[in-house]
Amino acid sequence: MATSTTTVPSAGPVEGSRSFLSRLRDGDEIARLITFLFAASVVLVTLLLVFELWQGSVLARHKFGLNFFFTRVWDPIFEQFGALPFIYGTMVTSVVALLIAVPLGIGAAIFLAELAPQKISATLQFFIDLLAAVPSVIYGLLGVFIVIPLMREYIQPALKSTFGFLPLFQGPAYGVGFLTAGIVLAIMVIPYIISVSREILLSVPRDQREAALALGATRWESTWKVVVPFARTGILGSVFLALARAVGETMAVTMVIGNAPAISASLFSPGDSIASVIANQFTEATGDLYLQSLIELGLVLFLLTFILNGLARLLILVTTQRGAGTGLA
Amino acid sequence: MNPRLRWRKFVSNFMLTMTGLCAVVAVSVLFFILGYLVYHGGTSINWNFFTKLPTPVGETGGGMANAIVGSAKLLLLASLFGVPIGFFGAIYLAEFSGGTVAYVVRYAADLLNGVPSIVIGIFAYGLVVLPFKHFSTLAGGFALGLMMIPITLRSTEEFLHAVPRELREGAMALGASKSRTIATVIVPAAYRGIVTAILLAFARVAGETAPLLFTAFGNRFWSPGWGQPTASLPVMIYTYAVAPYDDWHRQAWAAGLVLLGLILVVNIVARGILARGIAVPRS
Repeated sequence: MATSTTTVPSAGPVEGSRSFLSRLRDGDEIARLITFLFAASVVLVTLLLVFELWQGSVLARHKFGLNFFFTRVWDPIFEQFGALPFIYGTMVTSVVALLIAVPLGIGAAIFLAELAPQKISATLQFFIDLLAAVPSVIYGLLGVFIVIPLMREYIQPALKSTFGFLPLFQGPAYGVGFLTAGIVLAIMVIPYIISVSREILLSVPRDQREAALALGATRWESTWKVVVPFARTGILGSVFLALARAVGETMAVTMVIGNAPAISASLFSPGDSIASVIANQFTEATGDLYLQSLIELGLVLFLLTFILNGLARLLILVTTQRGAGTGLA
Repeated sequence: MNPRLRWRKFVSNFMLTMTGLCAVVAVSVLFFILGYLVYHGGTSINWNFFTKLPTPVGETGGGMANAIVGSAKLLLLASLFGVPIGFFGAIYLAEFSGGTVAYVVRYAADLLNGVPSIVIGIFAYGLVVLPFKHFSTLAGGFALGLMMIPITLRSTEEFLHAVPRELREGAMALGASKSRTIATVIVPAAYRGIVTAILLAFARVAGETAPLLFTAFGNRFWSPGWGQPTASLPVMIYTYAVAPYDDWHRQAWAAGLVLLGLILVVNIVARGILARGIAVPRS
């Protein structure tokens, strides 16, 4: 660029007025390039991950095709691999977890956002944040030594004697199994539901509440019939987020699910989830097909969480933007 | 008061009490966990736990010195790998990039953040373990570092964005170049937030077990250098908890207490730094 006639060299924020060379000398271009390389490596590593999963499961994908998802047999000796028992296990444990976690989590979020005074709400939220930081293996540890005996001695016999006519609650009470894994998962995902739902509820414009109260609604009616419906989409987003966590959760589930590739109507039966079978068998997988089938399970897990997380983000985004756009907030 | 209104008031109070109960139940889980760990783990922690190697199967006693050192090495490696990428990547996103590139990088980071930890383990296995032909500290550190990237990146970017515009403009008006502005004004201003982000990312991966199962694997002895399989606290907790020996269970509780103590302390310190710092919004 031609130098201008001004005597004072321009050093202002207007980039166009500075030559490439001077910016290079100040280190701007170098800084930009270096930081760009770091940022680009994030994209690169993510692409590599997808490629690795795709490439690493090529044998299994070609051999089993779509049948992989509908075959019940998982037999390393005869090299027959079907993912159905694990998909079933992941599904059942996640559904049990959500059935428990959603009402509890949303209830707690309503309390924190609508009812509790600012100080108490902040304190409780601090504890919830700490709870979300507890690693999965610690939940597993408590699952093994506290929840499993509790299930075996009290909860499963009690369920059997009251609801034993349902196929869900039949069979021997081992303590381990789908139900136990679901309960442990529920405890693990509750903090996520609470944190996100609370944020969503707090973003609901104040005038929505005031209008309801002015019309004579009780506090609960204004919350349940006005605020919660307004935040509905976002709360659904928090549920999807929790579901994605539950689906990908490994250690705690592996430790309490019982580890048997079974499809059983009974929640008391030991089973396996996608994540738990990878954790258990990956290091002992002999033969390429065995290993590649496990990697394909990893690919399935990746795609599942990818979709669920995407949906969750979309739903949360829609609600918070609507909240910010329509009112005083 | 007419009965209808009385009923509605009763329902309102009842349901609001129930939501309070939900909150109490959710929070009390934390204290249950802490209580059990202190009760079972507290009695099992002793000097041997920190200084001795695991004993051969069947013998009681011994400790987890190798796992503690192993975890420290893994976390050091993870931080060396994950923090620079997250930090400099965030500077690019916040200060240099245009819309499209930033969108792609953010998208990739969010994607990476949502990947289940066990899948990260598979990835690290294929990328680091297979070429070197054996499990190693290096592979475990890589897997954990990978998980630190998105957390560091996204929160650091947010804190950089929160730096007031006037500071930027002031520095530029004094004739500072952009890179100099970033190094001497913006990063120092966001310093507390960045430290918090790094600490939280550290705490998040400190307890990760699944990605270590087939990268760092495990080891009952010291692991020399960086190329050998190594023990780590989370994996030890898992192996010991599912094993049938009482003495191992005792040590699993002790390890659980140490690990959770570390993670909670780092979390509290991180949030404390932020609470005392400049008023920047926290996500």
